[in-house]
Amino acid sequence: MNTDSWQQGVYEAIKQSGIRLIGYVPDAGHAALIDNARRDEDIIDVLMTTEEEGVPLCAGAWLGGMRSLLLMQSSGVGNCVNMLSLQQSGRFPMVIIVTMRGEYAEFNPWQIPMGSTTQAVLELCGFKVERVEQEAQAAETVQAAIDFAYHSNIGVAVLLSQKLIGRKQWVK
Amino acid sequence: MGEVMLKRRHVVNELLRDRDDAVVVCGLGSPTYDVAAVSPSTRNYYLWGAMGGAAMMGLGLALAQPRLHVIVVTGDGEALMGMGALATIGSIKPGNLSIVVLDNEHYGETGMQLSHLGMGVDLCAVAVACGLKQACTVTTEGDLQSLVKKFHHPGAVDFVQVKVDHESPPRVMPTRDAVENKLGFRQALGVVG
Repeated sequence: MNTDSWQQGVYEAIKQSGIRLIGYVPDAGHAALIDNARRDEDIIDVLMTTEEEGVPLCAGAWLGGMRSLLLMQSSGVGNCVNMLSLQQSGRFPMVIIVTMRGEYAEFNPWQIPMGSTTQAVLELCGFKVERVEQEAQAAETVQAAIDFAYHSNIGVAVLLSQKLIGRKQWVK
Repeated sequence: MGEVMLKRRHVVNELLRDRDDAVVVCGLGSPTYDVAAVSPSTRNYYLWGAMGGAAMMGLGLALAQPRLHVIVVTGDGEALMGMGALATIGSIKPGNLSIVVLDNEHYGETGMQLSHLGMGVDLCAVAVACGLKQACTVTTEGDLQSLVKKFHHPGAVDFVQVKVDHESPPRVMPTRDAVENKLGFRQALGVVG
């Protein structure tokens, strides 16, 4: 990976913010972050079968004093809804970085319903939401989200727009 | 079965009696009442919701506190709702996490409807297939006492399915304030930040 890419900047922001555990469901838009986390001996990477596992994972880690973060696609936000009551009831600090689907240049119409409601769903569940459209904003926004969540005991989501991530290649 | 079935509160008492500094995550419903009744502690986290999340909460805690024995006490319905977590935990193999499923083959909180485990599904076999190689099933007092002997040894037990009768003992309700529980728990562990 290009060492000065925006993805590398995001990874460095995560590390500098004291995150020690990253839970994820594989996603093309998060591939660079996932590769980094898996190679990094100082990060515990947890491959999950569904995104909702990540909510109690992060809450449990925080009970034990460890900062964590979740990576998921917009479709995965829908899988988390009831479990997010744990975050809100316990005021657990929680950070979710969401790669958006169902918007700019989307090929698969099945991504549109959840992609169109991702931000509203998160906000209804009590999360503060920041959206990133430009590469230069990505690392700073992620760092701010981690500070916000862990200083104020709230849930914060960063939505990485499909325009930022780039078009998915469907015909190979 | 022809044998006297185990009582859930007796099982929890036997498993937690010598818990020392172990921490416990309680699945919603009867397991929360059982742990509150026999082993109240600021080192317990009581779930009143987030069904399907108890085992994963245990995993997060086990990864953050690798020197502590982390015990998840939950019910069969709660464990079934988060069955994928067994694959996640089996892939990680934290070594300090024990999941105890009190299996009465019913959904007690909603009126004792039959669960899948009363319909032939073998959750312990699922756990083994997911890589929880120290998994066992407990059905008798003898099984339970064998388990108690090794339960707190590091890495000795990663999953236990305990067959219990479907009697509901009197409710003992711990705090429902998840923030208070969190703060007290973290203070007991001495974690900061």
